[in-house]
Amino acid sequence: MMVSLGNVLFNGLAYGMLLFVISVGLSVTMGLMGFANLAHGAFAMLGGYVATTLMNKAGVPFLLTLPIAFVAVAAASFVLERGLYRRLYRAGELDQVLLTIGLVFMAVAGATYVWGPGQQPVRMPDYLTGQWTVAGIDVGVYRLFLILVGIAVTAALVLGIERTRFGAMIRAAVDNPRMAQGCGINVNRVFSLTFMAGSGLAGLGGAVGINLIGLDPGFPIKFMVYFLIVVAVGGLGSIKGSLIAALLLGVFDVGGKYYVPEVGAFIIYAVMVSLLLWRPAGLFGRR
Amino acid sequence: MVSLPAESPPASDTAPRGRPVTRLERRSRWRWHEILFWLAAASCPLVVPDDLVLVSQVLIAGLFALSLDLLLGYGGIVSLGHAAFFGVGAYAAGLLARHGWGEPVSGLLLSGALAGLLGFALSFIIVRVRGIALLMVTLGVSLVLHEAAVKGYAVTGGDDGLQGIVLDPLFGLFSMDMWGRTAFGYSLAVAFAGFLLARRLVSSPFGLALQGMRENSRRMAAIGAPLRRHSALIYTVSAALAGVAGALLTQTTEFVSVEVLGFQRSAEVLIMLILGGAGHLYGAFVGAAVFMIVRDQLAAANPEYWFFWLGLMLVLVVLFARGGIIGGIATIAARFRKGGSR
Repeated sequence: MMVSLGNVLFNGLAYGMLLFVISVGLSVTMGLMGFANLAHGAFAMLGGYVATTLMNKAGVPFLLTLPIAFVAVAAASFVLERGLYRRLYRAGELDQVLLTIGLVFMAVAGATYVWGPGQQPVRMPDYLTGQWTVAGIDVGVYRLFLILVGIAVTAALVLGIERTRFGAMIRAAVDNPRMAQGCGINVNRVFSLTFMAGSGLAGLGGAVGINLIGLDPGFPIKFMVYFLIVVAVGGLGSIKGSLIAALLLGVFDVGGKYYVPEVGAFIIYAVMVSLLLWRPAGLFGRR
Repeated sequence: MVSLPAESPPASDTAPRGRPVTRLERRSRWRWHEILFWLAAASCPLVVPDDLVLVSQVLIAGLFALSLDLLLGYGGIVSLGHAAFFGVGAYAAGLLARHGWGEPVSGLLLSGALAGLLGFALSFIIVRVRGIALLMVTLGVSLVLHEAAVKGYAVTGGDDGLQGIVLDPLFGLFSMDMWGRTAFGYSLAVAFAGFLLARRLVSSPFGLALQGMRENSRRMAAIGAPLRRHSALIYTVSAALAGVAGALLTQTTEFVSVEVLGFQRSAEVLIMLILGGAGHLYGAFVGAAVFMIVRDQLAAANPEYWFFWLGLMLVLVVLFARGGIIGGIATIAARFRKGGSR
């Protein structure tokens, strides 16, 4: 059966939005502190586990688990940032990569220990299941929900960064950290808070993503490349770039799986490599 | 003198006296602990006759880590996808043997050459990018190859791996035996040859230029060193050596699984090198030995969660022991010497 282009676009957009919600925090923190954090996916995984545990064990409604996942992951990332990451801001990216790969391994094994090796069962509330057919396109309600979440997150980020005082501080710190520090902005604190928010978003993404991409202890490794692609292709620190890169990645990945399954993820990686050769700093990166 | 050969942030006692060539010669002289190291490796059949298969694996992993050491420890180029070359070498050796070219030594060299060729082609790309883009490009290339191997079922056997590899006896005399004696001797010989090559390379003027680039690439550019050409050359050599290591794995195990190209392998080789100490050559082998033995023990004791300890080990090394094992020994030895001379 040939899948219509509309369906592919819709599903790809939903998937892309999810990738955006998870990855955007990584992009901003990498742009801000130049920290190569490969463990970002572990934060998303933690958010997912917080949500499933609350739903399955404590019967908390799904929508309520989302803010809790955000807060819990933000708090966990605060501890990690203060305890570990901060020591390596000045180190080379090799050290950062190694430390965070180590953390990924620990997170994967830890999640296996606590939650077991299998996929987490999850039951979505009835109002988020089902499917409508609009103009010949099958619109899954859950995917629509994901797109709305993505739009809400984008709006919040754009408004927060463009219109608030704190957003101005972030922009100043990204542009020139030393100058910002010189103007009396506490760059360390700005970074801590940004890092928490970004990790919290990853946690939120992990929680809303379970229904689409599943959740098992291999999550941080399986999707690490996707998050990194979004960041690298979009350009460090660029929200617009992350959004466009995530949507492109989502659409191409879904389209590739529908139309040319025998080629697999090959195209995605090849396109990424050639894109980075064309623009090493990403689509919207500076330098 | 600095306690370890073929490497050293030039200490005060190696003030540039005399012609630079003699300085290099002095630095590249063999030390007693180096000879001891290789004697110890060669004595494995007498000391641990039952674990020769593991020892061969360590030697192969060590050779792979050595190739990364040239790139990372000397060239200062970080790669998240070094398994690409290991895997290409492994598949090349497997396919050669499967399609009638069963002679091991020439197969090994051909596979290494093929991986080197790929490295040479990619080096034009690698020298153009840095930072996060470099990480992503190296990672991306290995992922492309991994995907190709998984999907190219007709050629590579896909997820089932490449089977039916039959090798001629080594030099027409020794075939691979059950106890891994031939495999051990072969691996040791190849690893030692690779080591000699790497050692020669890093103590040559080219090796010195690489270390200069690692320490301060702007200054090296200012004194007229062709940075890109140096980077491209070390990338090619490193790729070829990694390919040889991969081919060696194929030939000693007579099987290729698709995970030779996987991210896990790229990460593991990085861990081995960092654990042993980058920029020392010996760190590659020491790191490989420690990593594989620890993994063996942990995986036996704790099969589901062993990589938790692996991760912890990595975090601790990064935070507290940046020089790795060899770096730690070098520091202690230097302190000891200093104390003794007072």
